[in-house]
Amino acid sequence: MSTTSLNVVLKGRRSQPHQLIEVLQDIQDLYGYIPADAMKTVAQELGVPLIEVYRVACFYKAFSLKPRGEHVITVCTGTACHVRGSTLLLDQIQGQLRIQPGHTTDDGLFTLECVNCVGACALGPIIAHNGMYEHHMTPGKLRKIIGDVYVTKKEESHHG
Amino acid sequence: MVKIKNPRDLESLRVKIQRERKKIHSTIIMCGGTGCQASQSLAVIDAVKNQIARQGLQKNVHVRATGCHGFCEQGPIMVIEPENLFYCHVSAKDAQEIVSKTLLKGEIIERLLYVDPVTGKKIRTEAEIPFYKNQDRQLLACSKLVDPKSIDDYIAIGGYEALAQTLMGITPEEVIEEVRASGLRGRGGGGFPTGRKWFECWEAPGDEKYVICNADEGDPGAYMDRCLLEANPHLVIEGMMIGAWAVGARQGYIYVRHEYPLAVRHARYAIHQMREYGLLGDNILGSSFSFDIEVARGGGAFVCGESTALMASIEGKVGEPRPKDIHTVKEGLWDKPTVLNNVETWANVPSIMLKGSKWFASKGTKGSKGTKIFALTGQVRNTGLVEVAMGTTLNEIVFTIGGGSKTGKAVKAAQTGGPSGGCLPVSKFDLPVDFDALTKAGSMMGSGGMVVMDEGTCMVDVAKYFLTFLQDESCGKCVPCRLGVDRMLEIVTDITEGNGRPEHVGLLEELAETVREGSLCALGKTAPNPVLSTLHYFFDEYVAHIEKKRCPAGVCKSLISYTIDPEKCEGCGICIRACPHNAVKGEKKKTHIINLLECRKCGICIAECKFDAIMAG
Repeated sequence: MSTTSLNVVLKGRRSQPHQLIEVLQDIQDLYGYIPADAMKTVAQELGVPLIEVYRVACFYKAFSLKPRGEHVITVCTGTACHVRGSTLLLDQIQGQLRIQPGHTTDDGLFTLECVNCVGACALGPIIAHNGMYEHHMTPGKLRKIIGDVYVTKKEESHHG
Repeated sequence: MVKIKNPRDLESLRVKIQRERKKIHSTIIMCGGTGCQASQSLAVIDAVKNQIARQGLQKNVHVRATGCHGFCEQGPIMVIEPENLFYCHVSAKDAQEIVSKTLLKGEIIERLLYVDPVTGKKIRTEAEIPFYKNQDRQLLACSKLVDPKSIDDYIAIGGYEALAQTLMGITPEEVIEEVRASGLRGRGGGGFPTGRKWFECWEAPGDEKYVICNADEGDPGAYMDRCLLEANPHLVIEGMMIGAWAVGARQGYIYVRHEYPLAVRHARYAIHQMREYGLLGDNILGSSFSFDIEVARGGGAFVCGESTALMASIEGKVGEPRPKDIHTVKEGLWDKPTVLNNVETWANVPSIMLKGSKWFASKGTKGSKGTKIFALTGQVRNTGLVEVAMGTTLNEIVFTIGGGSKTGKAVKAAQTGGPSGGCLPVSKFDLPVDFDALTKAGSMMGSGGMVVMDEGTCMVDVAKYFLTFLQDESCGKCVPCRLGVDRMLEIVTDITEGNGRPEHVGLLEELAETVREGSLCALGKTAPNPVLSTLHYFFDEYVAHIEKKRCPAGVCKSLISYTIDPEKCEGCGICIRACPHNAVKGEKKKTHIINLLECRKCGICIAECKFDAIMAG
């Protein structure tokens, strides 16, 4: 964890407890999760008790306390996606990767997450692959997306 | 950068922009909303701009990347003005042809035209498309006219005129009276009269007051606020500024959920542009009004749509609601008087000030004035954003504008109001949609989510879906919501798994009553609605699950098994390859069979089969 980038996040926000969520958002964007050390620094710099920082980091879905995989697959489980079969997508990923939502594969390649709604309901069911939306998703298309990642990875290790 | 110091500066800037725009012959309006971006609209925009530059048409043709046009299913969407030509499912490959044929020669590219699914005919202009034709787009119409990243676009269509007029001679009391007279009620779901809320904040003692725009939009299946803020952030901000002037606030916050990154970016950019023009800061437009705005990102908690939880979240705390014995208009953000309104409510304010409360009140029903935007989604042909006058019936929205069922199965219900609302059966579709009629029928209009369900949707499963959502999202502060919803979910899960008993229904109703009476915040109080409304209107489905251990829609896994119809199966092998559990066996060209011991009933084979040969039942 580099202290320089954390300094950038904290710049202009020190000693302002109300900036806690914004700061944690930026840290999440920066590292893909909220490292324990960062929480300690944030608590000191903003003047918020560490327990409160931890509480906020646990309360909001936006924050993950564990490092996430290289490929984060987020399945939208909003109502509109649900009636168009988002549970089938979850079944597909859980079957193919053998992980539950909120977990990462042992090889650190995939993390499966659920989101309550991304607000692109007309195009459901929707998934986000590392933040990029893929619409009208089907189990078949999803299997290919996951399969392609493994193929690329294999080729990379072969060549590299 | 020029500063706009007074209303005269604003007017002369407007005239200057409009004069420059007159030179433009054609405008290509390309949707760059979240939906169309997911369909690669940004690549189309780049390709079109490239082609225009290559043909040397930059001076005469303007390409405008706008926010959502509302007809997301047809994306990426392109409208060419002044002809109002409507192209859908446009790809980057079409750019060259669009420029060389349509722009240069006036030829229409038939394959890009919209085909009306009902008549099968191709439609040329946007105005003729039934989806748009039957709406009353007061707020959404502006989205097409502005690039959300251009304050000049907004000024060109009369932006900030309402603010200038207000600051130059309308007293706060008069503003509040105008809003009160318009009959505007909160669009976030509560339906509280906006004028009254403002009045109460105005009369609250204290120099430090706040206005907040609630763009948390946590209801799954609703995205009106995202689109408004993404497409026209200045409209929302202008509304906030008029409200701030009326109640005496100097600081505003836009609270946006972090799942809407584009809305966050556009709102921040709009604020940046306003600061550059001097439209935020001290003595705005030369008046005594000083104001500034910040964007606060939500952390992905449904409960933060509740006003007191939202305010706690802006303060950097855990988003838990507090009792509202003292209203937030008296003690809100940092215990100061605060007005919190939803995005759509704020967006209505500028036109009320410009066109008058009478104009606004001329639309709608007795108790609900103006128009309302709905996010029409689910098993309906035309999904997207629909803006209609309050009081329009569900029938008109679902069938006339939405085009009816998408799947060929009959429409069964519409879910309105998100997790706080309920499911209304088709027999209630003649109800006018407004704050009061839907509440009376056991649902609520809510913020505007409208999910259409067909015969393939199990209503007990829908109740389970919402309970799962609410159990996950309950902030946990008070027992009735935290444990009550949990117990309700256990019972409904039992029912969907074939372990339901007749006495469960009474128990569910009793629990629902406790949750409704005992919860602290409005989200807890309304949490039982999805269960109560499905019990009321779809009781026979509960009976089928409990007594016959059968799921009529073929959804609840424990109560169904999969079979392959030998008449329909062509032996193509797609299901064999698709099944992640290797449960389908069979040879090519011969009827396949499903090994029920291996089958997890995930439905993937049904989704993949091209011959409708696999049945769940």
